[in-house]
Amino acid sequence: MSANHSHSATSTQKAPASMTLTLKVWRQSGPHSEGRFEEYKVDGIVPDMSFLEMMDVLNQKLIKAGIEQVSFDHDCREGICGTCLMVINGSAHGPDRGVTTCQLHMRRFQDGDTIVIEPARAKAFPIIKDLSINRSAFDRITASGGFISVSTGNAPDANSILISKTAADLAMDAAACIGCGACVASCKNASAMLFTSAKVSHFALLPQGQPERTDRVLGMVKQMDIEGFGNCTNTGACEAACPKEITLENIARMNREYLRAMLVTRKS
Amino acid sequence: MLHFLRSSVGKKFIMGLSGLGLSGFVFAHMTGNLLVFKGAEAYNMYGHFMTHNPAYPLISWSLVLMMLVHAFLGILLTKENHSARPSAYAVQASPAKSVTTASKTMIFSGSILLVFIITHLATFKYGNHYDVEYGGQTVRDLHRLMVEAFQNPAFVVWYVVALIVMGVHLRHGVSSIFQSLGFNHPRYTPTIKWIGIVYAIVVAAGFISQPIYVYLVHQG
Repeated sequence: MSANHSHSATSTQKAPASMTLTLKVWRQSGPHSEGRFEEYKVDGIVPDMSFLEMMDVLNQKLIKAGIEQVSFDHDCREGICGTCLMVINGSAHGPDRGVTTCQLHMRRFQDGDTIVIEPARAKAFPIIKDLSINRSAFDRITASGGFISVSTGNAPDANSILISKTAADLAMDAAACIGCGACVASCKNASAMLFTSAKVSHFALLPQGQPERTDRVLGMVKQMDIEGFGNCTNTGACEAACPKEITLENIARMNREYLRAMLVTRKS
Repeated sequence: MLHFLRSSVGKKFIMGLSGLGLSGFVFAHMTGNLLVFKGAEAYNMYGHFMTHNPAYPLISWSLVLMMLVHAFLGILLTKENHSARPSAYAVQASPAKSVTTASKTMIFSGSILLVFIITHLATFKYGNHYDVEYGGQTVRDLHRLMVEAFQNPAFVVWYVVALIVMGVHLRHGVSSIFQSLGFNHPRYTPTIKWIGIVYAIVVAAGFISQPIYVYLVHQG
């Protein structure tokens, strides 16, 4: 009996299988240079690695081989900053819903797979190098209204501003936007409406956002159009790609807010 | 006002409003066509009534205006959208992140519909003018013209294909109208999406029934 137990215990520990992958990575030396796909083989990829760790393995290999490493954006690596946007096999942040690239794990892929890795492609997000893109257009949209005015002086009493639970929840859902740009990357029109509508909704739903409510939506939509993003055709690709699962309801809200603002604004 | 029309959100509104008018029209047109199953007189008298009432000039010119605006904006938006994404991706998105083909091909379905509408008006509205008399009243015999036109199998096939394309266009368009005009709520949006699909199927199937019926029943 006891011999049997000890025998079965030894077979439970198994080393994770290591994978060999073929990567087709977009290489582009600068904003104005011609880009192309380069093919690399990486081995020793463990299923528990994140996608970015796999990219690190690739870069280590390239450094050792004397090849310039692949430039890609990353920061928190825990799914909250959105810096790591890249387009993996045609999908922003990879094949699954509700995750950022850094939270995508290699167990999602099979040994021997070919993975195509591209930067987000939009005129408003120029490529800096390889997979790194310039998303400062989002900063300029935010600066055009994505803020509230606050009084100086003592901190107000907690809970002194009344707000319904429903509005607070909806505002929080919209505030979950991390500005990664997956909406723009996945939209066939490279439209930034999901991002802009999340910011507009976030503040329009809150009492603190009311003083700038009208100017905010007008300013942000204007800046969005100036930046050269495309128009929204309601395909819903943005909603499907958003790692924070921001919904199209926000775009409808922005449409309403915009119409309202157009009707009430005193500015020409 | 001009700011509104130039903005991306404003163009969406105009697209949605003109789409609303046009999709309402195709439904009315389709139900009128069903009179073909009642007979030539009912069909011709309905046609006569529709073109000889005080609202006719207003309705027909509104339709022309809506169609021109819808088509013009569709082309303009497509051009702007192409320039916003100058280089395409090498791979298509994963199934979990892909969207309906109907929603991605509105400019193609719309272009086919534009060609269809022009040929349709040339064939019927501006086609041969036959007269027929019912109880002393002379009206246009559209039924005869229509039966003649649908003797040609190639013409019937073109109609069936174009009307399926119309169904595909409506499949995305109808529910999209509500989103563009600002109606999206978990309480009613699932119903709107469902209605949009049923609407597209009913309109396309209702229209398609006419050329097929005429081709099969009114032989030579």
